[in-house]
Amino acid sequence: MALSSKDLLGIKGMTADEITLILDTAATFKDVSERDIKKVPVLRGKTVINLFYEASTRTRTSFELAGKRLSADVINISTSTSSVVKGETLLDTARNIEAMKCDMIIVRHSCSGAPEFLSKRLKSAVINAGDGFHEHPTQALLDMYTIREKLGKLEGLTIAIVGDIAHSRVARSNIYGLTTMGAKVRVCGPPTMVPPGIESLGARVYYDMNTAVEGVDVVMMIRLQLERQTAGLFPGVREYARFYGLNQARVERAAKHVLVMHPGPMNRGVEISSEVADGTPVILDQVTNGVAVRMAVMYLLSGGTKPEA
Amino acid sequence: MSIKEKALILDKAGIDRALTRVAHEILEKNKGARDLVLVGIQRGGVHIARRLSARIREIEKVDVPVGSLDITMYRDDLSTRKSQPVPQATDITFDIQDKVMVLVDDVIFTGRTIRAALNSIMDYGRPRCIQLAVLVDRGHRELPIRADYVGKNLPTSGKEKVEVMLAEDGVEEKIVILGE
Repeated sequence: MALSSKDLLGIKGMTADEITLILDTAATFKDVSERDIKKVPVLRGKTVINLFYEASTRTRTSFELAGKRLSADVINISTSTSSVVKGETLLDTARNIEAMKCDMIIVRHSCSGAPEFLSKRLKSAVINAGDGFHEHPTQALLDMYTIREKLGKLEGLTIAIVGDIAHSRVARSNIYGLTTMGAKVRVCGPPTMVPPGIESLGARVYYDMNTAVEGVDVVMMIRLQLERQTAGLFPGVREYARFYGLNQARVERAAKHVLVMHPGPMNRGVEISSEVADGTPVILDQVTNGVAVRMAVMYLLSGGTKPEA
Repeated sequence: MSIKEKALILDKAGIDRALTRVAHEILEKNKGARDLVLVGIQRGGVHIARRLSARIREIEKVDVPVGSLDITMYRDDLSTRKSQPVPQATDITFDIQDKVMVLVDDVIFTGRTIRAALNSIMDYGRPRCIQLAVLVDRGHRELPIRADYVGKNLPTSGKEKVEVMLAEDGVEEKIVILGE
């Protein structure tokens, strides 16, 4: 069984079998990070580039560790210190990198579609590490892995995603992935932050958080970008926290075994109270699982004869 | 092209006798079971390793720990394969430091699987020594690797395929050669 594409651009369009393949493979790569010698020779001699046009600690470090634990040579390019500040285009940057014979390029960019743009023009495998408001596929995969690991399955579960859905690529990728795997997805946020038409992706919309989290198996909090306040999308942080913040009372409305998840970084006291954040270790499991899932993706996309892009 | 059984090499009784002999040979060479551990190579070697452990328990009244090793990540052909194999679990719950480790596989052919197993074991620790037990040695080595304990020596042509079928997989137990 193989992935049908040479790249990982998004969860939309992936089959349940492909998602399951990645999750199963991730389980064995997780063992590598647990043992004393955290290295396997899978990508030995291969070159991997992290091309990040947006700031990141978690995702970039996670990809870097994943590549290094697979024995690849990993180079990080953060565009603030590269020729991009001199005006070099995305395509020229990527072509120059490919001319140095790189096997895999991991891209984070503020424009939706940038990784797809590159994937059509480059022979290397392209992995989307987050593009605009579009998708963040490896985050959704690690979220699904975490849920499956903790609750034993994905099918038939109910997951509530709460926060700024409109601007969240994490939410989108999770909606695609969870619905493909047979879970029920609820989205919840202020009406200014829930995009019209999101129901067409298979999610049920709630504007009242107390109802949204009632009896759910998983609550996934999305970070509130505080800049959105100046855009008039919410009146104030305290009011947001009161209506859409996850506090202990709301956690207790969910199922007893509820998982509290957050892609990070957290705004303590805003979308998640410190009490809840410190009481739930699953958020750190997500980070651990992120390295394993990214190792699995990089492993499955490597290999000799790949299908035509 | 139909793949059918060209020849029956060993039936269930033959397999049992071979494994009993191999268990005795392991104990003889190592003068007992002290510090002995068995590691079966996924997938073919794991059931055989368990059977050897059971035989050794009958003979020597000692429990020898059994682990399983997946070598997928150490294969030398990952860059040239069309699709990557899904790795199975490696399950070695005991310390391998300074132990006498017997790797167990069903068939040894080119020797590349064993090379991968050796590299994998080195990343887990440092056994005192590593020995190799196989049920079938079919020749055609491409690397300088040899088994210490062999259930059955079987000269084959490169085009043939040797299939070890075990009761643990829910099939009739036998070793056969498949061919066109």
